[in-house]
Amino acid sequence: MTLLSVSGLTKRFGQNEVLRGIDLEVSQGERIAILGASGSGKSTLLRCLNRLEAPSSGSVVVDGVDLLDPRTDINHARQRIGMVFQSFNLYPHMTALGNVTLALRKVAGKSRSEADALGRAALARVGLADRAGHTPGQLSGGQQQRVAIARAIALEPRVMLFDEPTSALDPELVGSVLGVMRDLRESGMTMLVVSHEMGFARNAADRVVFMDEGAIVEEGTPGVIFEAPGHERTRSFIGQIQRH
Amino acid sequence: MSNWERFVETFFNARVMAKYLPDIAYGMLVTLELAALVIVTGIAAGLALALLRSAGLRPVNLLIVFSVDLFRALPPLVIIVFIYFGLPAVNVSPSGFISTWLSLALVLTAFSEEIFWAGITSIAKGQWEAARSTGLSYGQTLMSVVLPQALRLTIPPLTNRTIAITKGTALGTVVAVSEILGMASSAVSNSYNPSPLTLGAGAYLILFFPMVVLGRWLETRMAWKR
Repeated sequence: MTLLSVSGLTKRFGQNEVLRGIDLEVSQGERIAILGASGSGKSTLLRCLNRLEAPSSGSVVVDGVDLLDPRTDINHARQRIGMVFQSFNLYPHMTALGNVTLALRKVAGKSRSEADALGRAALARVGLADRAGHTPGQLSGGQQQRVAIARAIALEPRVMLFDEPTSALDPELVGSVLGVMRDLRESGMTMLVVSHEMGFARNAADRVVFMDEGAIVEEGTPGVIFEAPGHERTRSFIGQIQRH
Repeated sequence: MSNWERFVETFFNARVMAKYLPDIAYGMLVTLELAALVIVTGIAAGLALALLRSAGLRPVNLLIVFSVDLFRALPPLVIIVFIYFGLPAVNVSPSGFISTWLSLALVLTAFSEEIFWAGITSIAKGQWEAARSTGLSYGQTLMSVVLPQALRLTIPPLTNRTIAITKGTALGTVVAVSEILGMASSAVSNSYNPSPLTLGAGAYLILFFPMVVLGRWLETRMAWKR
């Protein structure tokens, strides 16, 4: 079953065409890794999928909801689309639990006690049950990113978007975040991951999408993309990554 | 009489001070009333304008920016005189008290709007994006995520501005408001001795020193570990 469907998606910033007609179908439970050099448009694509960036044209349908239809309640739709950012973006004036429960209370309309219970469960899923009362400043980068993941999954999204979730982390903290993402994968979550983390793309993704200059150049299983890429740009990108 | 005795006789004349203490105390009450009104209305209006400005409606924002710049540029005394002596021309005759209150509140509104606005815009875009991505509306994000962080940043500059502008209550003297300075100067004329001014200075200290301390306390209380 198709959960997310993108067709003819373009995005222009002034004269600059960042996305040039993207078509992408993602099935329920599928894990997609999006690769590409910086400036290839992969983050912009991800941000169009929950309309943080308004596409210039094309269509984005998530879980049967047309995100670009003016009649769509975007705030309602966004609860179904979790997003995790490179820089965590936790609310520094709230505790970990406060971060996770804010949208549960304000958007999902839960009472404080209901929201707290759901929030604690979400924190437990990312292994931070004992950090509920800590503020972001008291947590390591890896812990902060796991709280950010808990904040997203507490709303029970149908799909999770990860925008370079490990790029801002010290190498020794990357593992804990990838571990949480693997657990999510086990639970059957549909995921789109923009990452420089080749290990994740290779081992945890069902499909790898390679982007260049605002277009999808090539897509396929990790085996194909990593071992036998068909396109010259993909070959040189994979080659460069693997030399480092 | 030694120089020291003459100094004490002039500025710390116990007899004169005792006589005019009730006047100064009354002036303190008026100043306090005026200050409280200016602070509450000025800051509330400034915050409201900053919130309105964040909605990003171009014509509204142009108007806000223009009025804010106007009231930041004009000396408060000029505004007081305009209101007190100018408005009667259109058949509105505000008292000296109301003129002073309105003028200072307008000035504080202008400055606090700028301070709140700076606070709001200083919050990283990622905070907005994270909140919006979880389905919070623009208003919910502003009130629950952005404003609490922005307010903390605004406390120190806001305290300084508020104190500076509130001290302007002394300008009420010009339009016959019986606040501290007004009471003190008439006491000086009546007693031919400047000691009431010393009393007035003491009264200002009693009123404004706690404000400075309160600002400092708020600053530490609103801080959180980054």
